[in-house]
Amino acid sequence: MNAADLQTPLKRVRGLGSAKDGTRHFIIQRITALALVPLCLWTIFLALSLVRADYAAARAMLHHPFAAVWLAAFVIAMFWHAQLGLQVVLEDYVHTRWLEVLAQVVVKFFCVVGAIVSLLAIVRIVLG
Amino acid sequence: MPQSDRPLSPHLQIYRWQLTMTLSILHRATGIALAAGTILLIAFLLALAAGPQPYAAVRGFCASAFGTFLLIGWSWSLCFHLCNGIRHLAWDAGWGFAIPRAYVTGWAVVAVSLLMTASIWMCVFAQGGPR
Repeated sequence: MNAADLQTPLKRVRGLGSAKDGTRHFIIQRITALALVPLCLWTIFLALSLVRADYAAARAMLHHPFAAVWLAAFVIAMFWHAQLGLQVVLEDYVHTRWLEVLAQVVVKFFCVVGAIVSLLAIVRIVLG
Repeated sequence: MPQSDRPLSPHLQIYRWQLTMTLSILHRATGIALAAGTILLIAFLLALAAGPQPYAAVRGFCASAFGTFLLIGWSWSLCFHLCNGIRHLAWDAGWGFAIPRAYVTGWAVVAVSLLMTASIWMCVFAQGGPR
């Protein structure tokens, strides 16, 4: 008999997550998804209008405050949504605990750094 | 691998292949692909902020055969994930769970995502292709 068998069910679930905010992940994933519907469609149109644009034209297009705000909103919602989605994929398929924790941290760092870098680039384009 | 020796529920190979499971798998696969595709978005924004030479380099990559191949894959992934995501949002609102309806919306997602991707690339090539 090992020690785990002597634990009460309550002791076993303690530390594995709060009973109060379990739906937070679900709700934020849906809210970012909802935001990404118009943001994605607009970003597709932006990408299509950039096909023929040279450097100066592309910069001028993103120099407009409206474009910058929408692109910044897209970047934030998209990286947030990506982190939440990849988190679930890793939870489902990576069963080696240390590997999962490592992958979760790498994904979080990538998404946060990706969002910061993109936002700073947008700021530089708008102010430059 | 699972760390306990509890019995496992039947896995994928037990089931007859069907549309709904294909779309479910593709939703995850396209999500992962799009997350990888953010690297190109970051590169594009950084290059545009940095100057004409880096910008030309990123544009050059997009115009290369490999770059265009990736862009076509990512554009379909985006259209599919977007359409199927709207299907998921409808489910979250409680609509569309009846099996015949799940198939109708499923085929609609396939058709609309392919149509959107075709329209995007017709628009790109009408402007002279990626460059």
